[in-house]
Amino acid sequence: MRTATVNGEAARSRGLARITDFREFMILMVIIAASIFMSIASPYFLTRMNILANLLSVSIESIVAVGMTVLMVSGGFDMSVGSTVALCGAVGAMAMKAGVPVFPAMLIALAVGIVVGLINGLLIAKVGINPFITTLGMMSVLRGILLVITQARNISGLPASFKIIGQGNFLGVQYPIIYALVFLIVGDILLRKSRFFRQNYYIGGNRQAARLSGINVDGITIFNYVLTGFLAALAGLIMTARLGAASVTAGTGLELKVISAVIIGGASLSGGEGTVIGSFLGALLMAIITNALTLLGVDVYWNEFVIGATLLLAVAVDVIGGKRRKKA
Amino acid sequence: MSMNNRIVLEVRDIVKTFPGVRALDGVQLQLRAGEVHAVVGENGAGKSTLMHVLGGIYKPDSGTIMVEGKRVQFDSAYDAARHGIAVVFQELSLAPNLSVAENIFANRQPVRILGMIDYNKLYEDTREILKLFDLDVDPKTLVKNLPVGQQQVVEILKAMSTKPKVLILDEPTSSLTSVEAELLFKNIRRLKQEGISFIYISHHLQEIFEIADRVTVFRDGRYVGTRDVKDVTEEQLVQMMVGRELVDMYGHRDYSIGEVYFSVKGARRGKAFADVSLSLRRGEILGLAGLVGSGRTELGRAIFGAEPLEQGEIILEGKTLAVASPKDAIEAGIGYLTEDRKAQGLFLDMAMRDNCIAPHLETFANQLRMMDESAINDFAMKCRRDFNIVTPSIKQQVRNLSGGNQQKVLLSMWMGIKPKVLIVDEPTRGVDVGAKSEIYRLLRQLASTGVGIIMISSDLPEVLGLSDRILVMREGRIVGEFSGEEATEEKVIACATGVAMAC
Repeated sequence: MRTATVNGEAARSRGLARITDFREFMILMVIIAASIFMSIASPYFLTRMNILANLLSVSIESIVAVGMTVLMVSGGFDMSVGSTVALCGAVGAMAMKAGVPVFPAMLIALAVGIVVGLINGLLIAKVGINPFITTLGMMSVLRGILLVITQARNISGLPASFKIIGQGNFLGVQYPIIYALVFLIVGDILLRKSRFFRQNYYIGGNRQAARLSGINVDGITIFNYVLTGFLAALAGLIMTARLGAASVTAGTGLELKVISAVIIGGASLSGGEGTVIGSFLGALLMAIITNALTLLGVDVYWNEFVIGATLLLAVAVDVIGGKRRKKA
Repeated sequence: MSMNNRIVLEVRDIVKTFPGVRALDGVQLQLRAGEVHAVVGENGAGKSTLMHVLGGIYKPDSGTIMVEGKRVQFDSAYDAARHGIAVVFQELSLAPNLSVAENIFANRQPVRILGMIDYNKLYEDTREILKLFDLDVDPKTLVKNLPVGQQQVVEILKAMSTKPKVLILDEPTSSLTSVEAELLFKNIRRLKQEGISFIYISHHLQEIFEIADRVTVFRDGRYVGTRDVKDVTEEQLVQMMVGRELVDMYGHRDYSIGEVYFSVKGARRGKAFADVSLSLRRGEILGLAGLVGSGRTELGRAIFGAEPLEQGEIILEGKTLAVASPKDAIEAGIGYLTEDRKAQGLFLDMAMRDNCIAPHLETFANQLRMMDESAINDFAMKCRRDFNIVTPSIKQQVRNLSGGNQQKVLLSMWMGIKPKVLIVDEPTRGVDVGAKSEIYRLLRQLASTGVGIIMISSDLPEVLGLSDRILVMREGRIVGEFSGEEATEEKVIACATGVAMAC
């Protein structure tokens, strides 16, 4: 017995899907609305200085978010990025203190990030450990290594030629903002347009189907963790350069901030969705909320609450939208 | 016809075993250039397993696969595709989050420099290929927003677009409308002219007579024979498939039916069903027929409290029940066998023994409220014996049992609660003939003890063979009632589809 399906229903759900598909557009609207409100409430909000301060505050996590977005589109997940940021920043700083020239010292730090990603990727793709457990364990392992090698002491007194990487500016725009924008733009184009990165949407959408379509699922999974590890290491170096010191508490909670940004930006934990620009807008939205609370003189302790509520609201909107689509 | 006798694909002596099952036991198949070769057999005959072997998904334990006379070995789906074999699987293998275009050309999107996808060309190519099925959808439409039938078409187009030498279709029409199925046949005939060969698996024998040139029959993982379609009749095919004459596997009722003791009045739930009233007598098997989506399953689940009624009454032995959850239903003595045993019925990774006690753990608790292991084992052994469950051990994971034995485990779970009313949803879906007739025997046996059974089924011969009375649902309402004697396949279908004023 065959059943005919009603085409009208599909058309209707398509209309609904269109709205939710413009996730970036929606966040942008929220950001613009918040900005208009804030520019009225506080004359300081739309000043060049405040805008740059906001962008600078998201620059480190934006670089990590590029990798995390690719990872989460493919259905992966990395809790260890915060520790990677801190460890690689410290490794680079220690190498410089030990007399290694700036550039080779940075390469060593980047190599550490790549190795961390490789181990994550192998454990997940080849051994078959769940990504959450793998990277949760790795998060703790890396923080432990960091504490052991630094003996929990911050490392300062770094060469000026290194610090300029994080502290310099071009026409008044701090370098970290420029790095972040470059990574975001390149990352977004690649994830949208390049066939190689596009494979992640297949893997996240239907793993089995991806394999049947000739996609090397394990290989790409490993690549994604390596990419994320590499970007986290790079972010760690930039952060260290900007602060002029490697801190053992650097990057604490960064993983949750980045994952929240990626999810607010339209990705889901099950994969198949998300864009780099969306993730950036998610991060920016959280930064603007924090900034707004400060400018409005709200008790800073509300900050975490508001950010958590934003995340829950964004996901609830998704789930309700998703349910509607399923029923229609 | 461009058919000639050149063999494009040949398999010989393929053996494939799974834990506890010999799915393929030395099968063979010869595929000529430009022919449509049907493969038929009961569930569990090994058709799908062979297709998975040919598609590079399963590795055979032994045997030979030859493509154009050369021996080959497939280590992955990609390998099979490289040798020109494309498979359209029964379970959809699409990425729902991506567009029609990206699914059809998955990982084969046209690219420009630096591997950047040329979206304009991608959409253009897709529009071109969609014309084959007169499919008027935007290539950018996400697959999850398409009706299932069109998703199936996308799946077929995806396989066709790889320009294979051999295209394997596994139940391709199962979710197509008749118009879409016609277009599929038209395309098959066209591609045949171009020398493409087809392996066509179907349960619908009429389709085989419509489209196939030759037909090969499998039974219990073995090769039975190959015939030219024009030289064989439907009866002969069925006999080859079943291997014996099927003398009444449904059995006969040799007990009498009691009084009405269970009824549902004015039941409604959302858009799924409304105004549904029915009554059930002791020892009666009540068939619930209708198309998929007619509200039968939703009704069964509502009576069981899985998605409770929004309106209406459920009355058992004179008492109105408040069924707000499955727990309430189980306590009142209503059992429900889900249609989807793997996703909703069984605990696949748990032992058979732990499965069959799941709905009534309470029974096995001792005074200290601890589980009584030996009582559980005794019960599981009894289940294995009574239900003839073929498993090496009661500690075997249910995942490793065959479909028929899984279904018997599910039955043992629900008969174990000693239900007063048992609702069974597609009780024999995906099980072989042998297990089917056993399940029928078990259902009759349960009914003979005075339990009323509501049987939801899309398998019409089963509904007609087993039911004492049949209710037909259409668009969420009960539209017809037949006694077991007066019902015929034609009447029930006419009523279920609403084509005639049959009811």
